[in-house]
Amino acid sequence: MKRVVITGAGTINALGQNVPDTLAAMREGRCGIGELDLRDVDRLAVKIGAQVKNFEAEALFNRQQMALFDRFTQFTLVAAREAMAQAGLEFSGELAAKSGVVLGNSGGGMQTLDENYRTVYEDGKNRVHPFVVPKLMNNAAASHVSMEFNLKGPSFTVASACASSNHAMAQAFQMVRTGMATAMVTGGTESMLCFGGVKAWEGLRVMSKDACRPFSANRNGMVQGEGAGVFVFEEMEHAKARGAEILAEISGFAMSSDAADIVMPSKQGAARAIAGALADARLNREDVGYINAHGTGTAANDKTECSAVADVFGPHADSLMMSSTKSMHGHLIGGTGAVELLACIMAVRDGVIAPTIGYEEPDPECALDVVPNEAREADVEVALSNAFAFGGLNAVLALRRV
Amino acid sequence: MSVKDKVIEIIAEQAVLEPSDVTLDSTLEELGIDSLGLVESIFAIEEAFDISVPFNANEPTQSDFDISSVATIIAGIEKLIAEQA
Repeated sequence: MKRVVITGAGTINALGQNVPDTLAAMREGRCGIGELDLRDVDRLAVKIGAQVKNFEAEALFNRQQMALFDRFTQFTLVAAREAMAQAGLEFSGELAAKSGVVLGNSGGGMQTLDENYRTVYEDGKNRVHPFVVPKLMNNAAASHVSMEFNLKGPSFTVASACASSNHAMAQAFQMVRTGMATAMVTGGTESMLCFGGVKAWEGLRVMSKDACRPFSANRNGMVQGEGAGVFVFEEMEHAKARGAEILAEISGFAMSSDAADIVMPSKQGAARAIAGALADARLNREDVGYINAHGTGTAANDKTECSAVADVFGPHADSLMMSSTKSMHGHLIGGTGAVELLACIMAVRDGVIAPTIGYEEPDPECALDVVPNEAREADVEVALSNAFAFGGLNAVLALRRV
Repeated sequence: MSVKDKVIEIIAEQAVLEPSDVTLDSTLEELGIDSLGLVESIFAIEEAFDISVPFNANEPTQSDFDISSVATIIAGIEKLIAEQA
């Protein structure tokens, strides 16, 4: 088994359009959630979200690319360019032939769907742009990354709703760990903040109309975000041999399915994924200093997650920190685990724990150290990243300081 | 059809029961309606009466809309119809 390290990271989300800005915002406990700026917002009951603002796609992509890139693809390429620049890997020959892109995504090109449904249903037109299909297909982002960086190995998109990114990164990790690939580009992306995307979530009645306050007794739901996180996973000896900067080691993962309910989370399913990740990484529970929670801010997730963590960690649950950065960047659905991995990198590499902002009232059912409102300095060797999706699909990654 | 009968019809359909089996003092739990069933019932009620019900699944007891029994749900809907008319 090979050891796997992260040698490049990139992102765009409501907190920042690159990794340094995003981490600075997390350190400051800045909130990226605000009033939604989108067409027909007055017909929505939920009018807030963590939108990427001041994004000038036209400055980054040429006319032909703009015709083919939905917003979720644009986000992915911005994040991938940053990650690849940091990693400094050139993909050619054998390396290119074996390396690919595995990305998490849930909705595909939702902006493209929304716009073109309007065209045919609302405006009554009978013709749409010829690139609608290649633009909205949810592997489009992975494909364009493969083209831009000459990645000719296994590339595909993983869809497991809110756990998509973690499932994708687990897959890429496996490929490098087993020696199937020397390096993989992985992460996740989502752009669901359009009228149809928000309207659909609104229907479920789990969205907050004012703020995302994970673990706080007065929490009243989740808030959607958008963006992407992309990483370069590389075999450790390969990275060391070329003198690459190593951000952290991915030391293990686990996936589980609740096999219970399409929306209600299960403590047992979550606990099996967390315990499984520890076992896979050969870690003792006492090794874990920080967990980036799934922490959606819904009544159901937060108490189930805290209870699962308490079950797995026993007395150590009281000495570890667990925060939800969704309070700042919102819930990026299929892209969320990728952006949240940045908080885990910051914990093990920089010794800074991102806070759970908007925390106002303790909840006895969420009685863990959720790092309320202010970032904290702490010496953390190992961090976990939780993702528990609708459909009962769970994936947890373990990160370790190198 | 009265508001009461229509609401009972919607709840009965969700619970897969005959309307005669749904009494005013029944709770949703007794009728076997879970959180998804509740959200679906509220959607059906909104569609039937063209109203908007202020219900957030994260804080079911916080809103003005009382879901503790069939009778309170009917009362809540009658109030909303009067307000939103």
